[in-house]
Amino acid sequence: MIEKENGSQRDFLNGDEAVAYGAKLCRPHVIPVYPITPQTIVVERISEFIANGHMGGEYIHVESEHSAMCAAMGAALVGARAFTATSSQGLAYMHEMLHYVSGSRFPIVMMNANRTLAAPWNIFGDQRDSLAQRDTGWIQVYVENAQEALDMIIQAYAIAENDAVYTPVMVNLDGYVNTHTYELVTIPAQSEVDEFLPPFKSKNAIDFEAPRSFCISASTEWNMEFRYQQHEAMNRAVAVIAEVDRKFGEKFGRSYGGLLEEYRGEDAEAVLVGMGSVTGTARIVVDRLRDRGLKVGLVKLRFYRPFPAEYFKALGRRVKAIGIIDRDLSFGYEGAVASDIKAALLGSGAGPKVINYIAGIAGRDITKENLEEMYRKLFNRVQGREEPELQFVGMRW
Amino acid sequence: MVNVRKMTDTEYLYGHKACPGCGLGTIGRLTLKILGKRTIVTLPASCMSTVTTQYPQMNYTVPSLTMAFAGTGAVLTGMSAGLKAQGITDVHVLGFAGDGGTADIGLQALSGAVERGDDFIYICYDNEAYMNTGVQRSSLTPIGANTTNSPSGTASYGEKKPKKNLFEIMIAHRIPYAATASSAYPYDFMNKIEKLKGIKGPRFVHIMCPCPTGWGFASDLTVAMGKLAVETGLWYLAEYENGKVKMNQTPKTLKPVEEYLKGQRRFRHLTEENIKEIRENRNREWEEIKQKWLT
Repeated sequence: MIEKENGSQRDFLNGDEAVAYGAKLCRPHVIPVYPITPQTIVVERISEFIANGHMGGEYIHVESEHSAMCAAMGAALVGARAFTATSSQGLAYMHEMLHYVSGSRFPIVMMNANRTLAAPWNIFGDQRDSLAQRDTGWIQVYVENAQEALDMIIQAYAIAENDAVYTPVMVNLDGYVNTHTYELVTIPAQSEVDEFLPPFKSKNAIDFEAPRSFCISASTEWNMEFRYQQHEAMNRAVAVIAEVDRKFGEKFGRSYGGLLEEYRGEDAEAVLVGMGSVTGTARIVVDRLRDRGLKVGLVKLRFYRPFPAEYFKALGRRVKAIGIIDRDLSFGYEGAVASDIKAALLGSGAGPKVINYIAGIAGRDITKENLEEMYRKLFNRVQGREEPELQFVGMRW
Repeated sequence: MVNVRKMTDTEYLYGHKACPGCGLGTIGRLTLKILGKRTIVTLPASCMSTVTTQYPQMNYTVPSLTMAFAGTGAVLTGMSAGLKAQGITDVHVLGFAGDGGTADIGLQALSGAVERGDDFIYICYDNEAYMNTGVQRSSLTPIGANTTNSPSGTASYGEKKPKKNLFEIMIAHRIPYAATASSAYPYDFMNKIEKLKGIKGPRFVHIMCPCPTGWGFASDLTVAMGKLAVETGLWYLAEYENGKVKMNQTPKTLKPVEEYLKGQRRFRHLTEENIKEIRENRNREWEEIKQKWLT
């Protein structure tokens, strides 16, 4: 580990370890976690931090992911900061609790290692696990590398605990490609993080002098109003996400663009949209194609909820073709991300040509060649040639 | 021992919407009077949550959390850990869950919490079926009971399995304190709450709570029915602590099971042969109790 002058450190970490460091720096009071591949390194490192006295908090060996989220909710109820991490089947197992937590407006932060869902059983990455949680009321962010993973755990608490938001945040890392790949990562100084993320005094916690009932039953006469307030909080999160990213940049010298990041999109004719690790490879491909004079760009979609619909509406007016990479599939229709972007593009007038690429399912590599091919097909559409609107990339047949 | 004359006049649970004759409100009210103001209540999907936390009529004057059906044990763990991490040591965390919410869907979370030794109080109020959803059987429904999904008919005498023994499941965890109780014996129950109040770690009470609506008896007979369950030996009052079981109430002679069974609609269909089987089950169980805990 290389010590730097301002108290931050540089180390060679994988994504899971970066998340563990991020969580440690946020000083959660309670960490209820259940191990699942490829998230396990997170729970191992945190337990080591605590066992060696480098981290405080109550580590709870829960007996299931459902219980992990129940315990996190109990902790939030008494005003404690809670952190947990899961993946795939575990996320599916706690599905019910995701609704309970967001509906009760508890600002819990969770890391999810994106992994496909059984059956057929497989431990490698795709994003169907978290995309299937779209309507659970959680803010969802997808990161590109280990540094962004660490930074987003810190940002996630700042977003979730903001007075205008009080909504839980899920930080997604692609299984293996992010979780198990080692990179040089800057670990910020604890004192700097403490300044950025002060101790949390929850307004949504118990008070014996003013007792309240939480997570109550709300009848037909009242229920819709509670949902509307959740929706409004999610909408307010848009500005908060941008503000937190800006402040984080000022403090730590790294910022990520808020809801999304556009790469070389100025004057682009064809853009690809992706989430997570694929965007790292896609940058290289964009550079390569730009060198050849092709007007291509990349949109790294970071937040899936709240969704940057206005951005895509505007994008649709200035590009000729959009390719949407989905590491998931809504069987019988198309990729989940594509559906949302296409809906937003309805406000773009004539609109660009769109191809939805289903790729990277269950850990299948998305290569530079795959990405070049995706751009080439977009130009085919621009030039009036036929291309199917839904394509499976790198499939055996 | 609890002295009711000295009990607080403050009410921590009132205005609930339980059925007439239900002992649930009384159990909750007495428990909270003993545990006091610095108690947090959690309730899974159940009669208890349905009749006490319907927005905007909130019935607790202590903080409460309505929770997922399966999660009572785990949320108690989280509350307890959250308090500990913040250095708060003078708060009771209390769960009220029904028989299905405890012995069926909630058993995994309860077992986990007890095994970890977390600091909480768990009260399973047992009305012997999923009453809140309309009287469907749980694993604590007694053999022979007619429920809406284990109906008696020409080919069935109703529920076919005897009650799961939750008390012994808790004992198998080597829990610091476990007890059985009955809403018909409020002093016994209150003394148990008073005692467990001073114990650290997981504490569990399984309290039988006769249900006029689901069992089919007049709403003024709740206490009588609860007493008959104990007097006939179909329920017992006991405590487990320091590795030993103590029977709190041992009838010298057990009343005939018919006295209990014939007063309830859910058992009305039983034949003499069915009743004989219930009697024999009871006798066998009491023989075991004598050998295990009364020698």
